[in-house]
Amino acid sequence: MTVTAAKKSRRLPDLSRAPVVDEVGVNERVARFQSRSIKKSSKVEALKLILSMIDLTTLEGQDTPGKVQQLCQKAIHLHDSMPGLPHVAAICVYPTMVGVAKEALADHDIKIASVATAFPSGMSALKVKLDDARMAVKAGATEIDMVISRGNFLGGDYRYVFDEIVAVKEACGDAHLKVILETGELGTLDRVRKASMLAMSAGADFIKTSTGKIQPAATMQVTLTMLQAIRDHYRDTGRMVGMKPAGGISTSKLAIHYLVMLHETLGNAWMTPEWFRFGASSLANDVLMQLLKQSTGLYQSLDYFSKD
Amino acid sequence: MATPGNKLAFDGGWGYDPAPESTDHIDVKSRYGLFINGDFVKPEKGKYFDTINPATEDKLSRVAEASAVDVDKAVKAARAAYRGPWGRMKPAERSKYIYRIARIMQERACEFSVIESLDGGKPIRESRDVDIPLAVAHFFYYAGWADKLEYAFPGRTAKSLGVAGQIIPWNFPLLMASWKIAPALACGNTVVLKPAETTPLTAMKLAEVIADAGLPPGVVNIVTGAGAAGAAIVDHPGVDKVAFTGSTNIGRMIQKSLAGTNKRYTLELGGKAANIIFADAAIDQAVEGIVNGIFFNQGHVCCAGSRLFVQESVADEVIAKLKDRMETLIVGDPLDKNTDVGAINSTMQLDKIQSYLKIGQAEGGDMHQSSCTLPNKGYWCRPTIFTGVSQSSRVVQEEIFGPVLAIQTFRKYDEALTKANNTPYGLSGGIWTDKGSKIFNMTQKIRAGVVWANTFNKFDPTSPFGGYKESGVGREGGLHGLDAYVKLGVK
Repeated sequence: MTVTAAKKSRRLPDLSRAPVVDEVGVNERVARFQSRSIKKSSKVEALKLILSMIDLTTLEGQDTPGKVQQLCQKAIHLHDSMPGLPHVAAICVYPTMVGVAKEALADHDIKIASVATAFPSGMSALKVKLDDARMAVKAGATEIDMVISRGNFLGGDYRYVFDEIVAVKEACGDAHLKVILETGELGTLDRVRKASMLAMSAGADFIKTSTGKIQPAATMQVTLTMLQAIRDHYRDTGRMVGMKPAGGISTSKLAIHYLVMLHETLGNAWMTPEWFRFGASSLANDVLMQLLKQSTGLYQSLDYFSKD
Repeated sequence: MATPGNKLAFDGGWGYDPAPESTDHIDVKSRYGLFINGDFVKPEKGKYFDTINPATEDKLSRVAEASAVDVDKAVKAARAAYRGPWGRMKPAERSKYIYRIARIMQERACEFSVIESLDGGKPIRESRDVDIPLAVAHFFYYAGWADKLEYAFPGRTAKSLGVAGQIIPWNFPLLMASWKIAPALACGNTVVLKPAETTPLTAMKLAEVIADAGLPPGVVNIVTGAGAAGAAIVDHPGVDKVAFTGSTNIGRMIQKSLAGTNKRYTLELGGKAANIIFADAAIDQAVEGIVNGIFFNQGHVCCAGSRLFVQESVADEVIAKLKDRMETLIVGDPLDKNTDVGAINSTMQLDKIQSYLKIGQAEGGDMHQSSCTLPNKGYWCRPTIFTGVSQSSRVVQEEIFGPVLAIQTFRKYDEALTKANNTPYGLSGGIWTDKGSKIFNMTQKIRAGVVWANTFNKFDPTSPFGGYKESGVGREGGLHGLDAYVKLGVK
């Protein structure tokens, strides 16, 4: 599909007819995923897959080029004493740090994701947001994580939010667009479902739960609701959309539950870093520790894993 | 709309390694006698029968086959205990014994779960998370009532009945035993209980718990056997009350043989519940409800949501999503913690289910089964749905008691209601809609003992359970469950 054809096919869906979500039922389904017992080789496979799906993230005002460089080294060399490990999917940083990451990751197949559009609040003019995104892309970002204007969404101005996403998507050019719904501010799963539909029809390549700056961040309930929206979008249009839960996923056990949920909701086609990401800063070390435990039978001290 | 190219793929790729629950910690004896008067005793005629694991067809143990003579002994022991220590005991003391049973069961919950799954074929996830905790909860709940009966029936006196003869089915062996024993004891009665012939083991373990709890001999007697032993209990003149859970046919026979006697009775019989999905329902959660309604415990559930009514405008979507969901159901080893659907309880039941699959297809129904592979040994049935069936189809009318769902569509509210009630059964029902008024309207008009809204197969000791029409007589559970075990008088 050409860019113009894709743009033309973008249409704001009638969100008053969005499917409803029953929170009690969602909780029960999530509990079922959590009761799956993942052992032995299926656990090792899962842990490696999780590593390869991580967007290693640092999004702080105090970030320095040095810290970003270190994080990039971690992305490439997760734990070199253990052979056969994948590298993470991407590094996720602020636009001003994209250049640093690009240099540090040169020659490596690790994506550079940058948050943009007045992250994390999104409280700025469209022009500023577009410039923000363009600047990140120009500096070398291959993925843009934008935030939606929650104020407008909650106020019912879906058209504004939709147009904004369409505009940012255009500003991204070839870079992939992840749309952050900031579900912690949306309040209900019904709204999460609506926002997911809106973002996907506006052209999102990925939908993402949270900035990590608002609590609650990613939850399994919210992620399941978004996965179901992705599935229905795929059924209706044939277009696959990726999913990125972010914030609060710091243990292997929880990450495996997310994989189980992905596996039983969208199936195999989504079980790759191309279609699923974990936005996390501390998950990688816990996964490494579990992997090492699987091969040696012993838990190592956290001091054996690099903290960046 | 969905095209074939947009299908989801659940096969191949990442899968779950076997995660079987250990059987090291369980203690199943090679042979069990009858539990009469506080002891395990040999059956008078010396006959035993095998109980097998339906998932492997391996023999688990041998249990005694009670004859009329054994039943007579059990009833006499129960009568003596009723006239003796149990009848004279202060209600608060009775309560302590029931609490003690609950606590010991709770401590041995893991062992009970594994044995329940071994003997009956149900997934360990269900016996661990549903059957055993609920069984324990029933004892805890009714223990609390034992010394508060005057508050249960204000202005009335409540006296115990005497000896209760109780016959239970194989689908929820320990849970059904608790539903029966706990209220009977709380109200001051003594008990002769017969577990189903294919699933006697957890009842034998319960007998051990009862002995360990120090109940006076004869308060609870457990006799194993087949139909003849059950008939001997029902016909015994020393029995004051009969409580039966099982098929409508046997229920009819029991009602006939009790006619003209002074015996009180409660019957929990078959069902063919309507699960009704309106277009405005939360569809993804409704699909879960359908799965939970019919595939829970392999569909061996009297209140299973075995008839699905979907509003026309969402029928395609619901059925497509249901088929996807069926692909993710893991069928196999009941002891594996990831198993969703276990083994069919017996070869007899499997034959019955398979005959209905043939009937359904012969009637012109469109049969769809999940594509899972089944183990070579044991009794198995793939999760199955029939579309293109109607109210006149036998798979719609008759209770199959297996993982087989009959799907029909409806256009209007009244049509759904008429069809839902167009059955000789009336045990349960389900409504799925986002609209509260529709829930209240519908639940009042569905003629069934339990109607769930936006959920299915939810049980709690405080909630009464029972049927309309051919689904039974009387209520079990909750305050209403006490009523079945007391004689009310005027203060």
